[in-house]
Amino acid sequence: MISTLGFGTIAVALALSVYGAVAAVVGVRTRRPELVQSASLAAYVNFGLLAIANLAMVYALVVHDFSVSYVAQVGSRSTPLFITIISLWSALEGSILFWGLVLAAYTAAAVYVHRNHPGPLVPYATAAMLSVGAFFYMLLVGPANPFEAVWPVPPDGPGPNPLLQNHILMAVHPPLLYLGYVGMTVPFAFAIGALLSGELDATWIRMTRRWTVTAWIFLSLAIVAGMWWSYEVLGWAGYWAWDPVENASFMPWLTATAFLHSVMVQERREMLRVWNLSLIVSTFLLTILGTFLTRSGIVQSVHAFTQGTIGYYFIAFIAVGLVFSLILLTGRGAELRSPGNLDSALSRETVFFFNNLILTAFTFTVLLGTLYPIVAEALRGVKVSVGAPFYNKMTLPLCMALLFLLGVGPALPWRRAEPDVLRRKLVIPGVAFLAVAGASLALGLRQPYTILTFGFAAFVLCVTLGEFAAGARARMRAHGESALVALGRLINANRRRYGGYIAHLGVVSMAVGIAASSTFQSTRDVTLRPGQSVRAGRYDVRFDQLWAQNEPHRFVVGADLTVLIEGREVGRLAPRLNFYGDRDEPITTPAVRTRPDEDLYINLMAFERDGSSATFQIIIEPMVVWIWIGGGIIGLGGLVAVLPGRRRREVAVAADTYPVAAGKGGDV
Amino acid sequence: MTPRISRLAMALAFAGGVAAAPVAAEARSTPQAASQAAPQDDAELEKLTSAVASQLRCPVCQGLSIEDSPTELARDMRAVVREQLAAGKSPEEVKAYFVSKYGEWILLEPEPRGLNLAVYLLPVLALAGGATVIVRSVRRWTGASAADHADS
Amino acid sequence: MNLRSVLIAILVTVPLVAVFLYGMRSDPRIVPPAIPGQPAPDFALARMPMTPGEEPSDTVRLSDYRGKVVVLNFWASWCVPCRVEHPELVAVAREYRDRGVVFLGILYNDQVSNARAWLEEMGGEEYPTLLDPGTRTAIDYGLTGVPETVIIDRNGIVRFKRIGIVNREMLVREVEPLLADQEVVGP
Repeated sequence: MISTLGFGTIAVALALSVYGAVAAVVGVRTRRPELVQSASLAAYVNFGLLAIANLAMVYALVVHDFSVSYVAQVGSRSTPLFITIISLWSALEGSILFWGLVLAAYTAAAVYVHRNHPGPLVPYATAAMLSVGAFFYMLLVGPANPFEAVWPVPPDGPGPNPLLQNHILMAVHPPLLYLGYVGMTVPFAFAIGALLSGELDATWIRMTRRWTVTAWIFLSLAIVAGMWWSYEVLGWAGYWAWDPVENASFMPWLTATAFLHSVMVQERREMLRVWNLSLIVSTFLLTILGTFLTRSGIVQSVHAFTQGTIGYYFIAFIAVGLVFSLILLTGRGAELRSPGNLDSALSRETVFFFNNLILTAFTFTVLLGTLYPIVAEALRGVKVSVGAPFYNKMTLPLCMALLFLLGVGPALPWRRAEPDVLRRKLVIPGVAFLAVAGASLALGLRQPYTILTFGFAAFVLCVTLGEFAAGARARMRAHGESALVALGRLINANRRRYGGYIAHLGVVSMAVGIAASSTFQSTRDVTLRPGQSVRAGRYDVRFDQLWAQNEPHRFVVGADLTVLIEGREVGRLAPRLNFYGDRDEPITTPAVRTRPDEDLYINLMAFERDGSSATFQIIIEPMVVWIWIGGGIIGLGGLVAVLPGRRRREVAVAADTYPVAAGKGGDV
Repeated sequence: MTPRISRLAMALAFAGGVAAAPVAAEARSTPQAASQAAPQDDAELEKLTSAVASQLRCPVCQGLSIEDSPTELARDMRAVVREQLAAGKSPEEVKAYFVSKYGEWILLEPEPRGLNLAVYLLPVLALAGGATVIVRSVRRWTGASAADHADS
Repeated sequence: MNLRSVLIAILVTVPLVAVFLYGMRSDPRIVPPAIPGQPAPDFALARMPMTPGEEPSDTVRLSDYRGKVVVLNFWASWCVPCRVEHPELVAVAREYRDRGVVFLGILYNDQVSNARAWLEEMGGEEYPTLLDPGTRTAIDYGLTGVPETVIIDRNGIVRFKRIGIVNREMLVREVEPLLADQEVVGP
């Protein structure tokens, strides 16, 4: 019954999407608004349909209805309830079902919010969104059908991938990722709408700005959550392996970040129009590429869901999308080329150009590295690997350049910077850079990238906090407000700018965390008998006992450890080895003690069955938590930037479009 | 305190904070003196082993190096790296050994020869090309702007 | 829509699609073994005794078997597929013993007691099991996991390596041609 319901709702959604896409386009071209209206209606109904389908699947999972193919694939009677619910997105078909829901939701919302916008832009955008939806619904009724009927009905199932059951972050990472990926469909659709309707000024950007930033926030949080999950679960105390699927989520983030900056240039100077359209099209296609890489099996990855024929569908979709977008872009390109003018090379505009250059080069490098193994095999017949050493070598210089720009950008006003003012602004940050870099060298640090990272971190902190301070001080003087109130009102009055600065601070936090944790990590292996301790760093780790526990879905062996500092007990850790029925190698669950200065990370590597000894890997990794905190700050910054403003914002925007006097740098 | 000095003080405080953190981190995580486990051999050898092991792929993991991977096979392979380095082999010879046993795939970074050069060169060319375009465009655009101002 | 646009679109899309399509046809997880064609690395490993408590005393060298066809099978008691292939290995070992084919098992990452128990359970020892502490020999043969089977010809050259389960058909197919080889006596 569930199978029929699920399949049926999606089939209807597919039909409605196709209808809606066609109706929207025809309605616009033949000037029949009722057709366009019907397309909007289709979008709303689709949301309802996908909601029903997803709820039906969750219900089937919870009641263990193994007659539904997806439930038979990932369900299990011995899996805890919470895990059962989130196994909705633990395997291919379910994840596409969830994708369909998020897409339907975004589509319906976008259509609703912009329902009163006149002209053909929105109908074309609606058609684009519905077309994308149609693709995914087609997958769901075809190669990725989670609602197939299984006969005879099995009594139980294998449960979701054990790696996914070990940590709470598994609940969080995929939905965040999809909200990010799918969210990029909205600005993409509006870009297509702009190209098709001819409304090529900054209108489509302004309409979709909040959608883009929102999707970007989710994507940022998703990537950091994924890193955190990797760190806590996989046992090597690392958080980024340049795995193809990690790269796949990172690439659209890079181009989206570039986009967020370059649209500011378009909004002020009506420049970079083709570039911005290309960026958002690339971002969207990269999200589809990301999904493709995860699901097609063409690259070897920790995350790869499956290998099968579904990859061909994605290839076709990417091909059609790419051809269609390229024809539109290059066709309308000539019309879009604006004369373009710049007041001065020393301006924020220039910084944004270089920001875009570096982010795009970064994306290109990662894409090349990810796809090269396939190219090499095709052209040379040899399997090669492209891993961390390559990516680090090629992208660390880019990261340094970005950190530098992060500091210089906020110090440079729009249009034209007065060299004296600039010099004054950068003196202290410059001194900070030299001081920190010098101190690092003096203390024996020799890794150049680490020194540069710390130096630039100080530089960026000074510039950014200086901007906050200067703005707050001006308010304090002008309005007599206290420092805190001034700061609050300052941020509130210029959410976009200061939200951005907050996000920059988050990036700095991540950079410092990554540099410190990579450079100063120490590892040792030790075998202990119960009662024995070992000294690691400033900790004494005492092995108390080994224990074993039978759980319905796995067999767990754990070690109780006590952590002491100078004789004082400060914590307990229990690393585990989890043995799942159908797998040979156990999966380790490391035990981590997180503090602001460093993490103590312990793996249970091996043990004697009689509990007489156990082997541990003890890792001390400094400042890891600042990576996660940084991620949160980035999200916070984005949130500040995206919050709806008051009437004043509309006036401010209008003032920008009709620049009155050159003067000092304007707001935002 | 004048505004400028207070600003300076604040900036230095933050810079100091940023500097203090990694310094403290370095001081703390330097491994303490020997303890119950096996004594640390030549520190140089260990560093070199780590460096070479970071370039070799763990055959049973997904993209991890044998330096990072906690699996048995990775540790055994790392021990082989250490032995060979201790016996006087150069890093290149050690890598060549593993390539002869496992294929080019065992290297985490393609050897910069032949077609592989593309992955190294293309990004650099793209960056250089892009930078050239920007510099030229900025020149042109500021030139145009200057012309505008000159006219009006 | 003009010709130039269409050409650009095709020029960009086709190579990308070609890469993806090629990727779909090959399995990224299968890495062809590098060692076939190379001389088989010699080893001197202790033979695992089948009597509990007995210390390993015999040393087995690969070079002892020069002139014979040698089949090396890497296995472990915790390896599930190894159970599946073991009977076939045993059968072929028996069949070809008198025809100059030597079978040797090499234990990987396992405990002697477990391995012994496993062999007893599987019908007793048919051919010697060698102990490879530190996995040096396995790495010398490019091991990526168990089971793996390597076939070496009379002249000490590795002619075949299989990553995964072997069956009788595979073994016979690879071994037969090697029997016909004449040993090349060194200069």
